[in-house]
Amino acid sequence: MTGLLQILFDALSLGSLYALGALGIALIFGVMRLVNFAHGDFIAFCVFAMLWPSINAAAIVFAGNLPFYLLIPLLLLVGAGLSILSEVIVFRRFRNANPATMMIASFALGFAIRNFLLMLFSSRPKSVTLWPSLGLPVEILGARIPMLQIVTIVITLVVLAALTLFLKRTRYGLEMRAAAENFTMARMLGVRANGVILFAFAISGMLAAAIGLILATNSGTADIGMGANVMLIAFIATVIGGLGSIPGAVAAGFLIGGASVLFQATLPPDARVFRDAFVYGAVIVVLLVRPQGLFAPKSAKQRV
Amino acid sequence: MSQRPSVMWRTIATPIILAVLLLAIAALSYQFGSRSFNRTVVEMFINIMVVVGLYVFVGNSGLLSFGHISFMCLGAYMTAWLTIPPVMKSITLKGLPLWLLHTKLPMWVATPISGLFAALFALVVGRVIMRLSGIAASIATFGLLGVVNNVYSNWDSVTGGQGSIVGIPPTMNVWNGWLGAAAAIAIAYAYAISRSGLALRATRDEAVAASGSGIDLVRERLIAFVVSAFIIGLAGALYAHFLSIVNPGAFYLRTTFITLSMLVVGGMYSLSGAVIGVVAISTLIELFRDLEKGVNLEGFTVALPNGVQEIAIGIITIVILMYLPSGLTRNRELSWKGWPLQRRLPRPVQTALEKSN
Repeated sequence: MTGLLQILFDALSLGSLYALGALGIALIFGVMRLVNFAHGDFIAFCVFAMLWPSINAAAIVFAGNLPFYLLIPLLLLVGAGLSILSEVIVFRRFRNANPATMMIASFALGFAIRNFLLMLFSSRPKSVTLWPSLGLPVEILGARIPMLQIVTIVITLVVLAALTLFLKRTRYGLEMRAAAENFTMARMLGVRANGVILFAFAISGMLAAAIGLILATNSGTADIGMGANVMLIAFIATVIGGLGSIPGAVAAGFLIGGASVLFQATLPPDARVFRDAFVYGAVIVVLLVRPQGLFAPKSAKQRV
Repeated sequence: MSQRPSVMWRTIATPIILAVLLLAIAALSYQFGSRSFNRTVVEMFINIMVVVGLYVFVGNSGLLSFGHISFMCLGAYMTAWLTIPPVMKSITLKGLPLWLLHTKLPMWVATPISGLFAALFALVVGRVIMRLSGIAASIATFGLLGVVNNVYSNWDSVTGGQGSIVGIPPTMNVWNGWLGAAAAIAIAYAYAISRSGLALRATRDEAVAASGSGIDLVRERLIAFVVSAFIIGLAGALYAHFLSIVNPGAFYLRTTFITLSMLVVGGMYSLSGAVIGVVAISTLIELFRDLEKGVNLEGFTVALPNGVQEIAIGIITIVILMYLPSGLTRNRELSWKGWPLQRRLPRPVQTALEKSN
């Protein structure tokens, strides 16, 4: 029973991370059909923003020394700022390009950001100590759960609730949903395209910052490639969830996180190193059964 | 009434021009280039093979594939298994079946076998994946890449795990590099003018109308998938000979995206675009490498700080795509008439369906 609880929390916290990532990708995909491959590098950039301007290996954390009520908003701002900047400088010019071109442009942007970080900070992972007290376990029904997992899950739920309220109850949320559904039609009905897109980028950047914070606290290190894995899974989750469906992306994020943890727990020890192969294999199977995604929006149905 | 010249007669100029162009590069580099420059040229030829292989599938079908580098991985490891001296294999790769453990084939035999192995694998997985369309197909190929990389990184007794396998004979030079690139171009061209290539491009431009005309979409895609896997398997084999070591990290996301970028920068729907994209990006990389080493300007050396190369490549890629969204060649082919670029394969039309989304 306690083992089961452990697995449940592992699955939920990993799933939360993927869900936040998928959300960041799905929001932008919704409004401009861009699969943002730079998202993982946004995550890394936010983490390294904590170290800046120190570039030592045993990073003397400058911004990281701020109390959390200053650090968190600061990082969210950094994430939003970077994201908005990339939209204004780069992606705005690709509005009418074909999706493959946009995708490669976003990859090239990520490549530039990653190597910029590499130039400043070198490839050695840096140690970052943020809130060590979060690593302590808490006892719940006999299972020892790290505090951070609980915090991660709670943060994700809060973010999801806030975002749902925003999307369902506010004017901007309505505009964003309309734009995600049918961008051209939304524009004709008076939705300001640039505003909505900028807003989506800002939220996506903040989500990247949140993931960066969680990852850095969890691993205690800052590593250039730390966002790449989350970005990949998030991207896959967005498709499995049904492109254009924001709740679908979140659900699929949780699903993939859960599947990873479940494979880890149930595979025989010899096969455990092949866990990712099983996860990717499962992804292919899901796609074969439901190519349009698990929660495809009605508007995504092909009409011939 | 005069008959229209055959497709081959009208388009044969493209592969010939490309091959001659590359031959000129090979000859110049052999004659004047330093050792390291020659290596850069060989690497470029191998990249051309990979990108041309990608073009066969991506260019003709219009589906973006993230999984083709797994075929490179398959080809490279197959070559390693076949060409490393048995004495070394029995130490590092104990898990190989006995017949493979005692085999040592020359490069000219092992390379086509590696290509065929990749093609066979593509035939098996392609039967499943090619049923998908659009972005679902792209993600499924991504899954394929993940599975192959994960297996090759962890099956220690057969692939040496995350570490490198050493001992592949380093037999590459600019000439067999060129030969590989020319072969890739020839195969890609032959596929593009074949019945299946034409049918596949029809499905790319208008899937519904093509199906209505009796084209079996899944079958044509599968053929392209297998052909492209064969070419990329060959490229992987040559790459193994080029580095003389293989490790799974070399066949993952970085290579996937760099080769895709080369294809898109050149123009993803044309064979010339595939080749020109690689040549352009390789030239840029080499240029910035030299700048990082330092340039002598009237007595004092100016050098860019290390790491600027990659940043510059990223930014230049974005700028090229900004101004030429359909690539340097704008999806046209090199040909005699209409110098330098003549339109052969029309750009895919945007269908009403795509517009509404």
